[in-house]
Amino acid sequence: MEFLSPATWEEALAAKSAHPDAVPIMGGTDVMVELNFDQHRPSALLDLTRVAELAEWGPDGSRVRLGAGVSYTTIIQRLGKHAPALAQAARTVASPQIRNRGTVGGNLGGASPAGDSHPPLLAADAVIELASVHGVRHVAAREFYLGPRRTARRDDELIAAVLLPERAGPQHFCKIGTRNAMVIAVASFCVTLDAATRTAGTGIGSAGPTPLRAVAAEEFLTAEFDWQGAGPLSEAAVRHFGELVASAARPIDDVRGSADYRKHALSVMARRALSWSVTDYRKGEAQCA
Amino acid sequence: MADSVTRTRTDLSSVTQDGVGTSPRRPDGTLKVTGEFAYSSDMWMEDMLWGMTLRSPHPHARIHGIDTTEALKLPGVHAVLTHEDVPGEKLYGLELRDQPVLAFDKVRYKGEAVAVVAADHPETARRALDRITVDYEVLEPVSDGRRAAFDEHCPRVHEEGSLPVHEEYNQKGNLVRYQPVRTGSFADGTPVSRLRAQAGAVVRTEYEVGMQDQAFLGPESGMAVPAEDGGVDLYVATQWLHVDQGQIAPALGLPDEKVRLTLAGVGGAFGAREDLSMQIHACMLALRTGRPVKVVYNREESFVGHVHRHPAKMRFEHGARSDGTLLYATLEIILDGGAYASSTPAVVGVASSLGIGPYEVPNVAVDAYGVYTNNPPCGAMRGFGAVQACFGYESQMDKLAEKLGMHPVELRIKNAMAQGSKIITGQVVDMPLPMAEMLRRARDMPMPPARDELPDPSDLRTLPGGVANTSHGEGVVRGVGYGVGLKNICYSEGFDDYSTARVRMEAIGGEPSVMVHTAAAEVGQGLVTIKGQIARTELGVERVTVHPSDTRVGSAGSSSASRQSYMTGGAVKLACEAVRERVFALARERGLVGAGHSDELLSLTGGKVVSETDGVLASLADLLGSDAVEETREFHHRTTRPLDPLHGQGASHTQFAMCVHRAVVDVDVDLGLVKVVALDAVQDVGKVLHPQQLAGQIQGGATQGLGLALMEEIQVEESVIRNPSFTDYLIPTILDTPPMRIEVLERPDPNAPYGLRGAGEPPTLSSTPAIVAAVRDATGRDLTHAPVRPEDIVGIDV
Repeated sequence: MEFLSPATWEEALAAKSAHPDAVPIMGGTDVMVELNFDQHRPSALLDLTRVAELAEWGPDGSRVRLGAGVSYTTIIQRLGKHAPALAQAARTVASPQIRNRGTVGGNLGGASPAGDSHPPLLAADAVIELASVHGVRHVAAREFYLGPRRTARRDDELIAAVLLPERAGPQHFCKIGTRNAMVIAVASFCVTLDAATRTAGTGIGSAGPTPLRAVAAEEFLTAEFDWQGAGPLSEAAVRHFGELVASAARPIDDVRGSADYRKHALSVMARRALSWSVTDYRKGEAQCA
Repeated sequence: MADSVTRTRTDLSSVTQDGVGTSPRRPDGTLKVTGEFAYSSDMWMEDMLWGMTLRSPHPHARIHGIDTTEALKLPGVHAVLTHEDVPGEKLYGLELRDQPVLAFDKVRYKGEAVAVVAADHPETARRALDRITVDYEVLEPVSDGRRAAFDEHCPRVHEEGSLPVHEEYNQKGNLVRYQPVRTGSFADGTPVSRLRAQAGAVVRTEYEVGMQDQAFLGPESGMAVPAEDGGVDLYVATQWLHVDQGQIAPALGLPDEKVRLTLAGVGGAFGAREDLSMQIHACMLALRTGRPVKVVYNREESFVGHVHRHPAKMRFEHGARSDGTLLYATLEIILDGGAYASSTPAVVGVASSLGIGPYEVPNVAVDAYGVYTNNPPCGAMRGFGAVQACFGYESQMDKLAEKLGMHPVELRIKNAMAQGSKIITGQVVDMPLPMAEMLRRARDMPMPPARDELPDPSDLRTLPGGVANTSHGEGVVRGVGYGVGLKNICYSEGFDDYSTARVRMEAIGGEPSVMVHTAAAEVGQGLVTIKGQIARTELGVERVTVHPSDTRVGSAGSSSASRQSYMTGGAVKLACEAVRERVFALARERGLVGAGHSDELLSLTGGKVVSETDGVLASLADLLGSDAVEETREFHHRTTRPLDPLHGQGASHTQFAMCVHRAVVDVDVDLGLVKVVALDAVQDVGKVLHPQQLAGQIQGGATQGLGLALMEEIQVEESVIRNPSFTDYLIPTILDTPPMRIEVLERPDPNAPYGLRGAGEPPTLSSTPAIVAAVRDATGRDLTHAPVRPEDIVGIDV
């Protein structure tokens, strides 16, 4: 196995171009586990830890540009205001040690349906910045996940950053695990209310072959919600939203939980997260943001 | 942590600094916390090779051939060994020799060792494993324990006539052991229907306990070093050096004295290191290659590298009179031992004798079955055969109380055993058993604050689901539950699990010093501290060194069955007493003690020989000069008896111990998530030797029981483990573990050293049913499976 360790982003892109099957490694919290379990024997590892700009983040017009190598710890500490759901999701990742190492870029690279970053990126309509020696292209998170652990990233591309739209309303992420910390999602859910575009966003994790959106639920909520007056949603509407979220999921029975439970849990989480979001919205959080 | 222990009696504390009753620091404590402790997997030698194991991919298959040719051709590979290379006995086992060192003819579980390789690099060894070809004929596995027990057409896991015969185990078909117990009118063959007709309330339920893993953090590992005398020195993490030696030496075709073991740093045990794992393999490879060989299992391998807790299927029926007095109880318990016997016979012995728990029941019928299947082998784990039934009988007590409109504690007190009671085997509890008082104490402990009394009820860490943000209080219901369990301490059924201690006193640099040498395994429980404390208390010497544990001294028995403080503690105490006698004799020889002065008036205190009447007679340093006083003693507990194979009668146990738990939980009833809010314990330990370590044992035992209640299960489907990792086999984190109030009683057992009672296991019994009862209280669900799954709480079939 070759170990490539570029010092700059240009070198990294060149290395990826020369070794399209090299597996990029940053925090190593997924890649090393898979190596230990002997699930993969990649021909080369592409170490990105020396590429300093990957760990940078900052404003990019009205958006926030989050380098693919920014750690979950940094996201929790610094991005709570810009991307509250992503920060909430980051808080549920593993343990402090792993949050110090793990990155959203790694989550996107591995593209496990259970990855905690995916639902917030889907719900907030984030954009993934991909780069290769041929240039940069942008792919919406909503177009990024193609199949089980398969994404729109091409073999010669590296994930450079995530572009987070300016927040204009409440966001909530919740995740089921069978213990109270350090657990991979049995199912997770994210909802966003965007006052600027007057649209709702959703993301579902660990309940299908890829991270999913509940499009019908988004459309229902976008139409049903009183964006102007922020009047309360009826109990029936909240319940219906939950049902639409559950019906968007395509879960399986596995060691972490049954498909029926995942659907049930998604409907409960969707109702709760929506209620919290509506309450926040009514408190005028949208205006403060 | 020690502050959380409330002791009822404190008058037994020691006068010697860091003696019995105090909490001296562990010598390994700081090293472990800072990551500097050398575990068995950290050992290194310059010229060592790496050993690796080829394992069966099938739970049940015939082996038609093993071809190692290609593996041997790989540069860097020094040896590839199969069953044909086993120099001596090809079978080993803790109780029955039924397990191949390396598989021949058949494999009987997925993960069974088939071949071993030694190479100069672990990656080379791994590649060599890939080059070994095994010709398997796959057979249908026996996966269902009930079928194995009762279906006479069920295929045999072990061929008829291939197993050692033990008439007393009622062996038949796939039964490793069947042990019935019959008391009262059941002993005369009265059918249960007659008793049922007399009962005011009857509860009948089937329960299941899943396969729990010991989940030690340090995987199986060790280093075998070939010796010039043709023998081998093995450094290994284990629980009982001599029982390992007794199985390794015959397999190597060597006399015991040529197989010398030294305990390496142990990263937890909990029963999982009672059986051999890599020991014989490493020794075979070292003897073959003439090089030191290190073997370290990875985590996934570890899940098939050690035995687990027997999963159990149980059918209970209890009948009580209308006032709550128990009239009868029946239990059928099937314990799935998997492919090899391991300690299944002894587990059945405990499960049958303690299957109804610490209750006075005049008529009892228990049928306990330990079976062979092609599932992963099961054996010892903390609580050893008493945990499974405890979940069942405590659940039964709650159901009965509900049916009778009684408080669950009231029903338990009404039927509680006490000193003088007989357990169902007819054995008299001839030591204090203040069960009723313990139950009252548990009930009367202050309750944790209600959710709305918390300083910040919106703190996610206080809610079920934790920081995963699934509830801000919605759906959260509180519940309270109780559990009590009875556990035997030390080995049972006639087994003489003695311990040996060698104690040496000499003056070093003008200061009296003591060396304590035993073969007992420090597995994290703190025996290393206890041995020193006992020596200080008995010999009045502060400078005590504990020698590394090895086979150069006699057996200490296993670090199991909550027995080491009792047994090795007892041995150290005996050896110290012998040293003390010799020191007194030396003082007499030197004319320092008056003729009329009996030994009873003498003591060793503060490094001096002191007379009660004449004061200080001599300093030990002066008295000893350049002489050393050394004594070795064996400590044996009282004799126990096997259970009779027909009615299960006999005084089979050495000592009984008990813990009572009260659990308070908050349950998210919509999502099926649980937050244990409090897990408070009352335990009688006879005598506290080390308050801080005792608290650690009770907290740790309770937490392991919490794991079994809420999350820990090895999921086995068609005899294959589906979750062999700590990603999917979950154990409690600190956010799952509540504060624990602990009340300790010290009612001395007259038979035991210092009156002590083994403490490590009882909390593991009682915490599981207490937590599940609390979840039932919150949800109204039946919850007959441990661990409780979210699906069970929200009512989705699994």
